[in-house]
Amino acid sequence: MTPSPPDPRLERLLRELAPQALGAVVRRYRDFAACEDAVQEALIAAAVQWPRDGVPGNPRGWLIQVALRRMTDHVRSETARRGREAAVAAETPAAVAPAPPPALDAEPAIDPDDTLVLLFMCCHPALSPAAAIALTLRAVGGLTTAAIAKAFLVPEPTMAQRISRAKQSIKRSGAPFRLPDAGERASRLSAVLHVLYLVFSEGYAASSGFALQRTDLSNEAIRLARAVHDVLPGDGEVAGLLALMLLTDARRAARTGPGGELIPLDEQDRTLWDAEAIAEGVALASAALRQGPAGEYQLQAAIAAVHDEAARAEDTDWPQILALYGVLKGMSDNPMVALNHAIAAAMVHGPHAGLELLAPLDGDERLRGHHRLDAVRAHLLERAGSGAAAVALYRAAAEKTTSLPERNYLLLRAARLSEAP
Amino acid sequence: MKYMLMLNTPRDGYTRYMSWPKEVLEANTAFMIAFSKKLSAAGELVAAEGLASPQQAKLVRAGKDGKPITDGVFPESKEFLAGYWIVDVESPERAYEIAAEASTAPGVGDGPLWVEVRQIMSGRQDIR
Repeated sequence: MTPSPPDPRLERLLRELAPQALGAVVRRYRDFAACEDAVQEALIAAAVQWPRDGVPGNPRGWLIQVALRRMTDHVRSETARRGREAAVAAETPAAVAPAPPPALDAEPAIDPDDTLVLLFMCCHPALSPAAAIALTLRAVGGLTTAAIAKAFLVPEPTMAQRISRAKQSIKRSGAPFRLPDAGERASRLSAVLHVLYLVFSEGYAASSGFALQRTDLSNEAIRLARAVHDVLPGDGEVAGLLALMLLTDARRAARTGPGGELIPLDEQDRTLWDAEAIAEGVALASAALRQGPAGEYQLQAAIAAVHDEAARAEDTDWPQILALYGVLKGMSDNPMVALNHAIAAAMVHGPHAGLELLAPLDGDERLRGHHRLDAVRAHLLERAGSGAAAVALYRAAAEKTTSLPERNYLLLRAARLSEAP
Repeated sequence: MKYMLMLNTPRDGYTRYMSWPKEVLEANTAFMIAFSKKLSAAGELVAAEGLASPQQAKLVRAGKDGKPITDGVFPESKEFLAGYWIVDVESPERAYEIAAEASTAPGVGDGPLWVEVRQIMSGRQDIR
C-alpha cells in the first residue's frame, strides 16, 4: 500500500529519521539485514498511518518501537524454526523458547555517529559500487526500493535482489556495527565519499527525455554529504566533496537548453546559477583549504569555485585553475585530470600548449577507446583554427561516447563547425 | 552500465523452431525461464523478451497523410531478431559472460548462436 499523494514534509521527516531508527535497532539486535528490513517496514507503516492518524508526538520513538516489534516477531519465528529443526534432528519434542520481548525502557539516545557507522557499513569494500549505492540509498537515505529502482531505471524486483545480496555480503564479511579502527578509517571514509560522489554524478544526468522521471539523486547525495560533514566537520575531504557537489549543482538550471541539449560552461547563462549554493560551496571550500594539506575533492572544489566566481566566462581566472590542476596532477595519475590540465594550459598559454600536453596521453591504456581525449583535442584544434581536423575528432569522439547528451553535443559541435562559412 | 543482448536467428530459424522435438522445446523453455530468474536474482535483469514470428511482422512508415502504410516482411533479411535481454551490469566483461551463457540455450542446430551485445546509451555526463 502506498500513500498518495506523498507529503514532501512527511517524506523528509521519515528519511531523516530512517538512519537514526536503524542505528537504535541494530544496536539492540545486531542482525543488520533483518533490522534494515524491520525499519523499512516501519517507514512504510508510518507513510500510511501518519497522514491518516496524524504524526505521533515522538515520531522517532514510534518508528523504533514498530521496528523493534517486527524484530521480536522475526526473532521468535527464527527461534521457532531452529527449534523445529533441532527437534527433528534430535527426534524429541520441540522446545520452543519464545524470544524475550524487547525491553521498552527509556528510548535510546540519538547517537550522531549512527549515520556514519551505517555509511561505513553500506559502503563496505566487500560490495560492488552498484550494490553499495543501492544499499546506501535505502538504509541511510531512507528511500524505498521502488524509488531506487526508478532512479536507476531497473525493475523493482531486480533492485530488491541487488539490495538483499548487498546485505548478504555484509553479513558474510562480518563487519561489526561500529566505526572502523583508526588504521583503516581513512581508506573506508574515502570509499564512503566515492559512493556519495557516484550517487551525485548519477543524478547529474542531463534532464532530457526519460531522465525527467528520475528521483533526484544529486539532492540526495548532497543531503548525505551534509550529514557526514555535520558529524566530521573537521575533515577537509568531506567538506571538499560537499563543496564540489554544491558548486557543480549550482549550475543545474543553466547546463541544459530547452531541448535537453548540453550547454558548455563558457556558453551558460550565468544569471541562472544558484548564488546561494555557490556562496555556501565557496565558504566550505575556502575553510577546508585553510585547514591543511588539500585532498583531491578539495582541489576539485577549489577549481569549481574559481569557475563559479566568474560573472562572465572571460573573467575566469584560468592561471589559478591551471595551478590547481598542476597540484592535482601531482597527487593523482588519473588521466582525466591530465586532460583537464591540458585544457587549462590552453586557456592560459594558447591551444598549442594544450595540444602538446595531450600528446603523451596517446599511449595511455586507460584512455584507449575513451571519447574524452578525442573531444578535448577537437576543442583545442578548433581553437587553433584547424577546423577540418577538429570536425573529424568531434565525430570520432561521438562514436565512442556512451552518453546520449554528450553524443548529441559532439555531433552538433561538428555540424556547426563544418557548416561554418 | 546497461547492455542489450540480441539473439538473432537465420531466416529459416523460426520455421525450423516450429518443428523442434518436444524435449528440445521443453529444455529451451526451461532454460529461458531459469536464465531470467537467475539474472533477476543477481540484481542484473532489466528486461527479457521473446519476439513473435516474423510471419506476423510488418514494415511500417507514414504515408503522405501521416497515416501508417504497412508492407509485408523483409524479403531480403538474412537474419531476424528472435529475442533480447537488457541487463544492468558492472562491466562489459560481465555482459559478455551473460551473452555467452544465453547463447547456450538448448536448440537444434550447429551449436551456440551468436548474441549481439550493444551498450545502451546513458543520460550521464562527466562532471569533472
